[in-house]
Amino acid sequence: MQTLIQNLIASGTFGRNPPYGLVAAIVEFVLGAVVFLGVALPFAGIVTWLERRVWARIQSRVGPNRVGPQGFLQWLADGIKGICKEDLIPAEADAPLFKLAPYLVMLAFILPWSVMPFSSSLILADLNVGILFFTAVTALTVVGVLMAGWSSNDKWSLIGGIRSAAQIVSYEIPAGLSIFPVVLMTGTLSMQGIIRAQGWSPQHWFLFANPFTFVAANILFISALAEGNRTPFDLPEAESELVAGFATEYSGMRYTFFFMAEWGNLFLVGALIVTLFLGGWRFPHMSNSPVVMNILELITFNVKVLAVVFLSMWIRGTLPRVRIDQLMTLCWKYFVPISFADMIGTAVWVAIWPDGNAFMGYLMFAAGVVIIAMFIRRVVFYARRSKMELYFHPTI
Amino acid sequence: MSTLRTEEMTLNMGPQHPSTHGVLRFVIRADGEVMREAVPDVGYLHRSIEKIAEKVGYHGFMPYTDRVDYVCAMFTNQGWGMASERLGGIEVPRRGEYCRVIAAEFNRLASHLLSVGTMAMDIGAMTPFTHALREREMINDLIEELCGARLTFNYMRIGGVAWDLPPGWREKALAYLDHFNPILEEYNALISYNKIYVERLVNVGVITPDEAINYNLVGPNLRACGIKWDIRKDIPYSVYPDFEFDVPVGKGQWGTLGDSMDRYIVRVREMAESSKILRQALHQLPAGPVLAKVARNFKPPRGECQIRVESARGDMGWYVVSDGTGYPWRVHVRTGSFAAMGLTQKLSRGLMIADLVTLIASLDVIAPEIDR
Repeated sequence: MQTLIQNLIASGTFGRNPPYGLVAAIVEFVLGAVVFLGVALPFAGIVTWLERRVWARIQSRVGPNRVGPQGFLQWLADGIKGICKEDLIPAEADAPLFKLAPYLVMLAFILPWSVMPFSSSLILADLNVGILFFTAVTALTVVGVLMAGWSSNDKWSLIGGIRSAAQIVSYEIPAGLSIFPVVLMTGTLSMQGIIRAQGWSPQHWFLFANPFTFVAANILFISALAEGNRTPFDLPEAESELVAGFATEYSGMRYTFFFMAEWGNLFLVGALIVTLFLGGWRFPHMSNSPVVMNILELITFNVKVLAVVFLSMWIRGTLPRVRIDQLMTLCWKYFVPISFADMIGTAVWVAIWPDGNAFMGYLMFAAGVVIIAMFIRRVVFYARRSKMELYFHPTI
Repeated sequence: MSTLRTEEMTLNMGPQHPSTHGVLRFVIRADGEVMREAVPDVGYLHRSIEKIAEKVGYHGFMPYTDRVDYVCAMFTNQGWGMASERLGGIEVPRRGEYCRVIAAEFNRLASHLLSVGTMAMDIGAMTPFTHALREREMINDLIEELCGARLTFNYMRIGGVAWDLPPGWREKALAYLDHFNPILEEYNALISYNKIYVERLVNVGVITPDEAINYNLVGPNLRACGIKWDIRKDIPYSVYPDFEFDVPVGKGQWGTLGDSMDRYIVRVREMAESSKILRQALHQLPAGPVLAKVARNFKPPRGECQIRVESARGDMGWYVVSDGTGYPWRVHVRTGSFAAMGLTQKLSRGLMIADLVTLIASLDVIAPEIDR
């Protein structure tokens, strides 16, 4: 970044002897805007399209297939529609807070992209507290959601906002505690540091490092679903109970913001899991050209993230919603104690085998392969069994 | 430190709310997520159907009966037909009765599919709903071929049914039933025994057998409380005595007897029983006419009758008084949803708001059937 700014100053693009701070600010703003608008928002949009198609396939529907090839541009059409619609503010609403809330939610969605490790060099800022920053800024969502729920002056919104606040704050704790085993093993909070501590092959991923990290990964994934208001924890916007939860009174662009953030969060959840437990962008060394390597790493990272995103879409298509008391029970009675035990267990493990236990890695990896194979076998069994009947049309 | 002052919150759920089936309204007094009470406010869909009967005559009222309960219109058709036949002393041909039973049982399948599908959707699972509706669409296709309509059928006439089964329909129906039973298993694997789903349903809205009888619950809601009462078995009508079938009752396998899970699972099991009846009816189908000769200006003699039909939502009563003219003097329909709505106020005390949605869905109330 600094070399870029100095080169720009030297080339005279900004006139003679411009103040360094001003140039730095302009460059950072422009670059930041390009990254956020050019990367974060399309990702969120594409995830909406993907989710709708996957979900439709699960539900034996077709899904959006009209705008662009396979309906790929549907998210653009929806975004434009959102912008064009009237931005309605209820007369009784607390207008300033009502207007501010979507921006806060959007902020919480956009900020984590600055520490998103796409590849070994494609990262905006490799903060030394990267993972902490990531979880801290995503927790900002709760402020926006609560603000939206309160300022709408609608009881359904209020219940949605309160539910969301309770849920996100509760699940921050197991999610945060599940990050610590990895931090204990690597001794760093930097996203790139954590990824570099893992290998490209699955038995070197932290998911399979020891039994405690395996449990931590699962707890983190479930807690992240809960934080992102995803099924089976989509209580804040449970449409059969609360109409649309905290977003009931919103329309137009502000509503789009909420949902863009929600779907974008899906990508963030995937990125978090992939970074911590699934080896991030790690790819075997195949070329000496950093460009080729970076592209390969970028693809690896995105494929892994999309796999996790797909998993959460699948979960959404399968599971019903839990009740608020069951949600809290799950968090406080099960996840919090388990993740504490997990953290202590990892500490003991690290004390015994400071460099990790290779045998355990292979064993866990084998167990993981067996579990996945059994799962796929079952899926194939059901898919085969139902296939004939699903395409049965008695009257055609 | 003084205690925190809290207030009850009054919530208005409906008449425009995604989970109230049709136009229902509840006024909820809630303490946070827990309801003190939910007071149902019925009457948003009242269309004076009983009064219309007094003005349009016996034949002319048949299409209106579809609107009493549009989710299972065959039963309302059948109820009106049976009441008129009882008054006029008309004998329905045997094949006509079989056609009625076949149409009605297919309609029961469709209605229960909609019920269990929307129930899953109210709990938050979207996939079972589309899968259930997909099956329901196939049944609708069959019924469309039978009578030309997919929702308000107007299939039955006084004295039988309007049309005989079309050629090849019987084979299609049997093929559909072969397809339906595995689908039911798949549906169970998908949602019925899902841990989260069961947890959401058990011990919610428990109705004791005494309560059920006192509040006059009928149909699957009554049977879920462990009471074996099915009009098809206990006060047989039409050709139901010809068929072998069980009456599933709630057993409280998961939680308490008479909870929402029991009501749900009774519906799922009734679908299997209905398909059993359908198979037998389609195999035993006798030959002959389907419609008895009934005068166009049908004038039943002076008298009154009470007809009970086991509709998808339970015992549906038709009380018709004739004064000897071509127009009934008084018609009254007694429906299951109305009784079920009466119970919601009592059951809702102490439930969570999310459970109210479960409760309404599990009672399977249909708005037009409440108000008529």
